[in-house]
Amino acid sequence: MDRRRFLKTTTAALTAAGVGAAPWRRALAQAGPIKIGLLAPLTGVVASGGKEMVEGVQFYLDQVKNEMGGRKVELVIEDDASNPDTALQKARRLVEQGNCHMLIGNLLANTGLAVANYVKGTATPYFIPIIAADDLTQRQRIKNVIRVAGYSASAFTHPLGDWALKQGYKKIATVSQDYTFGHEQCGGLAQVFTEGGGEVVQQFWHPLNTADFSPYLGQLADLKVDAIFTMETGADATRFIQQYAAFGLKAKTPLLAAMNGTDQSVIRTLGEECEGIISPAHFAEGSDNPVTQKFVRDYEAKYGKIPSLYGFSMYSGMMWIDAALKKMGGKVEDREAFIDTVLKTELDGSPLGKSVKLDAYGNPIYDVYIRKVVKRADGKFWNVPTTSYPSVSQFWKYDPVSYMKQPPYSRTFQGIKKA
Amino acid sequence: MMTVRAKSTPARFAGMTGSAALIAAIVVAAAAALPSVLSNYQVGLATEVLIFGILAMSIDILGGFAGRTSLGHGAIFGVSTYVVVYATAQAGLPPAAAFALGVLAATLIAAIFALLAVRTSGVYFLLLTLALGMIVWGICLRWTQVTGGENGIRGDVRPALLATHSAFYWAVLAGAAMVAYAMWRFVRSPFGLTLRGIRDSESRMRSLGYNVPLHLFIGFTVSGFFAGVAGALYAMFNNFVSPSTVALAQSVEGVLMMIAGGVGTLFGAFVGAAAIIALENVVSAYTERWQTVLGITFILIMIFAPEGIIGKLRAIPTRKVR
Amino acid sequence: MSTFQLLNGLTFAALLFVVASGFTLIFGLLRIVNLAHGALYLFGGYIGYFVATRTGSFVLGGVGAMAAVAAVGFVLDQGLLRFVRGNELRQVLLTLGVAFVLNDLALVIWGGDSFTVPIPQMLRGGLRVFGVFYPTYRLFVLVTGIVLFAALWLLLNNTRLGALIRAGVDDAEMVEASGVNIRRVFLVTFLLGSALAGLGGLMGGAFLSLYPSADAEILVFSLAVVIIGGRGSLVGVGVGSLLVGLLNTLGQVMFPELAYFVIFGPMAVLLAFRPLGLFGRAT
Repeated sequence: MDRRRFLKTTTAALTAAGVGAAPWRRALAQAGPIKIGLLAPLTGVVASGGKEMVEGVQFYLDQVKNEMGGRKVELVIEDDASNPDTALQKARRLVEQGNCHMLIGNLLANTGLAVANYVKGTATPYFIPIIAADDLTQRQRIKNVIRVAGYSASAFTHPLGDWALKQGYKKIATVSQDYTFGHEQCGGLAQVFTEGGGEVVQQFWHPLNTADFSPYLGQLADLKVDAIFTMETGADATRFIQQYAAFGLKAKTPLLAAMNGTDQSVIRTLGEECEGIISPAHFAEGSDNPVTQKFVRDYEAKYGKIPSLYGFSMYSGMMWIDAALKKMGGKVEDREAFIDTVLKTELDGSPLGKSVKLDAYGNPIYDVYIRKVVKRADGKFWNVPTTSYPSVSQFWKYDPVSYMKQPPYSRTFQGIKKA
Repeated sequence: MMTVRAKSTPARFAGMTGSAALIAAIVVAAAAALPSVLSNYQVGLATEVLIFGILAMSIDILGGFAGRTSLGHGAIFGVSTYVVVYATAQAGLPPAAAFALGVLAATLIAAIFALLAVRTSGVYFLLLTLALGMIVWGICLRWTQVTGGENGIRGDVRPALLATHSAFYWAVLAGAAMVAYAMWRFVRSPFGLTLRGIRDSESRMRSLGYNVPLHLFIGFTVSGFFAGVAGALYAMFNNFVSPSTVALAQSVEGVLMMIAGGVGTLFGAFVGAAAIIALENVVSAYTERWQTVLGITFILIMIFAPEGIIGKLRAIPTRKVR
Repeated sequence: MSTFQLLNGLTFAALLFVVASGFTLIFGLLRIVNLAHGALYLFGGYIGYFVATRTGSFVLGGVGAMAAVAAVGFVLDQGLLRFVRGNELRQVLLTLGVAFVLNDLALVIWGGDSFTVPIPQMLRGGLRVFGVFYPTYRLFVLVTGIVLFAALWLLLNNTRLGALIRAGVDDAEMVEASGVNIRRVFLVTFLLGSALAGLGGLMGGAFLSLYPSADAEILVFSLAVVIIGGRGSLVGVGVGSLLVGLLNTLGQVMFPELAYFVIFGPMAVLLAFRPLGLFGRAT
């Protein structure tokens, strides 16, 4: 049950019973509820993603009847307003006032980084199924920040680069939102693609919330490339895909996208303009794996829409935490042990339909699908796998230590190998 | 021969009357006692009230005393925060030096804003400061090399001495008391009186020979200095800065706190800050619709209580005496 | 600047004109800086989307958007702004509060997903103009902007209402003193201004889509247009829209680093030296 209802019932109950339960409460601390602080952008630019994050968590809690590791769960939800200052303030509130045993969530990388910086000081376990900033599990690793069921930005575009080379593409261009997540995704692609002999002809970076892509599309139309890769999230993705088709580029040049661009949260309001777009991801809602199918069906039955990355990742993240808690008998107060157990837990039974484990840096290793957007029988669009890369590490085929010696991907460093 | 003593001028202590000094001492003492009754988290909130109170007060110098409401002070505040965090995290400077640099930067930005804004007033002043604030925000957002762009900059800004919630709170309280006093003296000085004259009737001041643009320039810059102090304290509070710290929303919040407390009351800024921060904490516990509540609060204040809480309180004695 | 980019800039300018003309009508005559204008745009877009998808008609969507937003404008003016008449600052800040409420309300009603208003069949696809392949719908937006300019010009210069508006922009008290019910003129103007925002929302919603922060974005652009162009001047809005639209596109292509600076820099400098904008009239 969420905090709002909890607060109302508790205030009523306490008033009725007469407050004065403090010593009693302390003695029963171990058996009390596990308090999980969920931070999500419920207002602001990525509000739709935030809402689905909450749905994913609640979907899981409903399935396990609100009990994890043998104890009741109290979920406290806070809105980070798509804004790092607010995220920090809410994280503080959850930890210091709410006494949450752990934090989970956040969507935008900058909100995640702000919270991570804070929990570095408080040692609160912080789970980030959505935040993809590479460095949190690489160079700037914080022990109590764990990417359960999440992914690091460049992890999926490395195999996409390989796939692009196998398609015979020689020249590509990239268009991306100008922030770390975009830099990292493009960097992953650019590095593998150019090391395999390909050429990245030009890269376009635009601010988040670009309403009008026409200036970029004009330039893209003039380039002679075999494919265009786009890294967009949220409303930018919707607009880019539409304008790409409207300006006639869709007919000319194949479009490769980061998974965020072809995520359900974007394509469910689109029509034919999204058909055929290729994107790499660990999750494909159109996969014929029976476990995935069941998850998608149940989710659609409950929420009336096909699950997106946000719903799926949070669900799996909760599942992962639960698996660890079960192993520890729910003793979430022992933080060190809790974190160690999570790091060692292999997740079975997730909607991916195969087991997943974390690497030595707290990042999951997945099989990556190269998916295509296809129209379903009922007219809706979803992502169907066309081919798969097994057990892809966040470091691709590179040795972790030497990989981490190269700078993190940024606007100025895209891993491009000079011909 | 009997000396007739004028009984109108009471003895003054540091510019304050005996009773005013007493009230100030009681308030500060009560504030200092708060950490003993509040939880850590609440002490953090109280610290924020003080920091944003200083910001709102700085806006009041212009808004209440010069008659020009600025929607750019959030940017000035945030520039100080950026400089302090950058100086500590990237340049490795000690806290005191970083603090000084931050305040200096804010003052400089305020001076630039002032140069462009002194010839406007009313709504145009509002819009111009809004635009200037947006430019600062845009720079902080896009100059990724220095400001970290979207991600902002993280650092260990707070000096180890002030690591605990209470220790930092007391430091901020001391700072706030000093700064509030300074601002109070400033607006009561002859210079401050000139500003008030400009607020009441610019044409009259001009005809009396006052250099209005110069006075406004100085007033704006001084107000920016104090906003910078608040910004530097904020850097130490959060150990983090991002473009949202310089965004328009920050300026709007500052203006709202000033208005809620009472335009031209100066100390009302702290009351306004406390009211808004307390409201946000209470509301967020029950609903996600904080923005709606904030908007409605704005609307209600504008219609029913534009003079703010302190303003309304001040009006009571005059109403009784009838 | 290539033809393609020029068309991009002009199209965006046309949309800005639709929205900003409404803003300047209200600012010019009523002297109200309506910071909720962006929210009206967004509401108009969402409602227009709703009507257009239900009825299958883009035109009905437009009518619905304009009517609904005019209604919201009516409530705003008669229900809230009347309590703060005469005090510019209070008015501005009140509209800011309204903007907060409307933005949050939109989130509650329509959620955070992005919506795109469906383009009518005959405006889909593209045309070859001046050597480039350009979407037909965007050309339609451009034409609409021009037609609207002409319509407003005729309204302001050839009708009694227009004359009253122009006179009121110069000196509202005088108009009232000459026996005209200035309140009614104000109200009509407010409704018209709001309706234009709603229309802008529908039109913009088809090629720029509608999403939670669209209101703040269009508001910022509208402010820039009106400040550069000047209070209460139709030509000012036209010129301002052209400048902002073209600068924005140019900026995106040539100086992506600088984002808003390309617009706000010149605007700040202009305001510093010509506080009334290019064609503005003193109060």
